[in-house]
Amino acid sequence: MAMPQTKDAPETATTEIAVSARNISKNYGDVEALRDLTLEFPRGQLTSLLGPSGCGKTTLLKIIAGLLEPTAGEVEVNGKTVTGPGPDRAFVFQDFALLPWASVLRNVAFGLELRGVAKSEREDKAAKYIADVGLAGFEASFPHELSGGMRQRVGLARALSVDAQVLLMDEPFSAVDEQTRRKFQEDLLALVQNENKTFLFVTHSIEEAVYVSDQIAILLPRPSRVSEIIRPSGFRDKGVDNIRRDPEYLDIVDQIWASLRNYVE
Amino acid sequence: MKLFGYRLPGMSSLIVWGLLWELVGQTGLTFFVPPLSEVLVTLFEVIGTPAFQKALSETAIAFFSGVFFAIVIGIPTGILMGKSRLLDELLLPWVNIFLSAPLTALVPVLMVLFGFGMKSIIITTTLFAIWIIILNSRAGVMQINRSLIEMARSFGASPMDAFFKIYVWAALPEILGGVRIGIIRAVKGVIIGQLLISIVGFGALFELYSANFLMAHFWAVLIVLFAMAFMISEIFAYLERRVSYYAAKR
Ligand SMILES: Nc1ncnc2c1ncn2[C@@H]1O[C@H](COP(=O)(O)OP(=O)(O)OP(=O)(O)O)[C@@H](O)[C@H]1O
Ligand SMILES: [Mg+2]
Repeated sequence: MAMPQTKDAPETATTEIAVSARNISKNYGDVEALRDLTLEFPRGQLTSLLGPSGCGKTTLLKIIAGLLEPTAGEVEVNGKTVTGPGPDRAFVFQDFALLPWASVLRNVAFGLELRGVAKSEREDKAAKYIADVGLAGFEASFPHELSGGMRQRVGLARALSVDAQVLLMDEPFSAVDEQTRRKFQEDLLALVQNENKTFLFVTHSIEEAVYVSDQIAILLPRPSRVSEIIRPSGFRDKGVDNIRRDPEYLDIVDQIWASLRNYVE
Repeated sequence: MKLFGYRLPGMSSLIVWGLLWELVGQTGLTFFVPPLSEVLVTLFEVIGTPAFQKALSETAIAFFSGVFFAIVIGIPTGILMGKSRLLDELLLPWVNIFLSAPLTALVPVLMVLFGFGMKSIIITTTLFAIWIIILNSRAGVMQINRSLIEMARSFGASPMDAFFKIYVWAALPEILGGVRIGIIRAVKGVIIGQLLISIVGFGALFELYSANFLMAHFWAVLIVLFAMAFMISEIFAYLERRVSYYAAKR
């Protein structure tokens, strides 16, 4: 199908690549999660990974984060081969990964704490991001006192507060309510626009992927490779309120659904 | 518990047992059980005496040193075993053997190795307490949510950071439980050490009183010992409850 938005080569060539994953394979014992996956993430843009559950999205993100070793292949971040975690990347965990014994404030500041930032400075910063994600007033609460969506926002604030160049977000909005989710999607668009950061974003929602992404990578079921890269380009400047009504937006949603529905059965 | 509509305070059953003791004592059934009232009177007499004070301080020093070593060696060992498969394979059989071994039988060996002094008593105390502390710390680490460790790594935690900011805290409920049981076992260890190795401290008092059939004295010292062990273990039980809010949600 010859869609205007699926032009690729010329645009990728002109933008700088922040993260590139080359020929990545990953086996967990007998389970082959990723096979020979190659994907590039342009700097300052948001790339979504979209694919059926269990296809290896979290695995890919963790390999890029340096938390998992690929069985084969390599990852480069800003031209340097990844050998482990680094301050250039921050991770938002699918299961939040909050310290149950620490307050919201300490949890959000924990990334900065590990990086040796002084207490008063990191708490000021954390308080700002806590307010940004809409949790002002909950600084002293503990994770078990929060709802799932609120916990997820704590994890989000923690990743944002370390000011990393590359944000690896594993289904960061999956547990928040629809209203907050829409607000976060808009905030995310603003963040991508205003800061020259690179976002890797895993989601199960086709609409969400199309709404926030500069580039969408569709993954096949295990063993995963990239089956298709879609670059929505026409509606990004039309303002957040008009995107969901834009014909191109709707077309892409349909197109992705058409290619993914084969795997749902 | 409620009785005739009144709410009874905790441990009211002790009153019942105390009364029973008093009754049995008053009947003069056996010299072995003097009335509780007599024991209590003796207790207050004994507590002030220099002999008792000396015994108390000797026992306390041995006990706290023994527990101290059990904790500072036991917790890191348990945590490292929980972290490292290799270390675990290597050490776990030994820990299990010593946990169930009749340690009293080892005391003569300790005397040969470390002499008849305080050192052997402290080592005996440590040996009684340490194994359960190791096992519990290990169990605490083994159930840590992998995500927390990945999170710490992803934000650049050093191994030291991970140890003190993640492992210790995540395993804390189990660690405290282990220390509590370890302390109870340490009481056993210190008295056995004092009886078998060199007759000092409370061990010496027990020896003295029972040899001279001073049963009221014997029971009085035992009550003091029980009360102290109970208090320390209650402190840890309290700490355990303090962290229980997250024990279920790690
Ligand atoms: N530690 C592990 N050991 C063994 N197999 C694993 C492990 N982690 C993941 N897998 C397997 O690898 C595959 C990919 O897992 P992954 O978590 O990356 O999927 P995902 O795309 O993130 O799924 P979801 O959308 O449900 O989060 C799955 O089939 C899973 O069973
Ligand atoms: Mg996942």
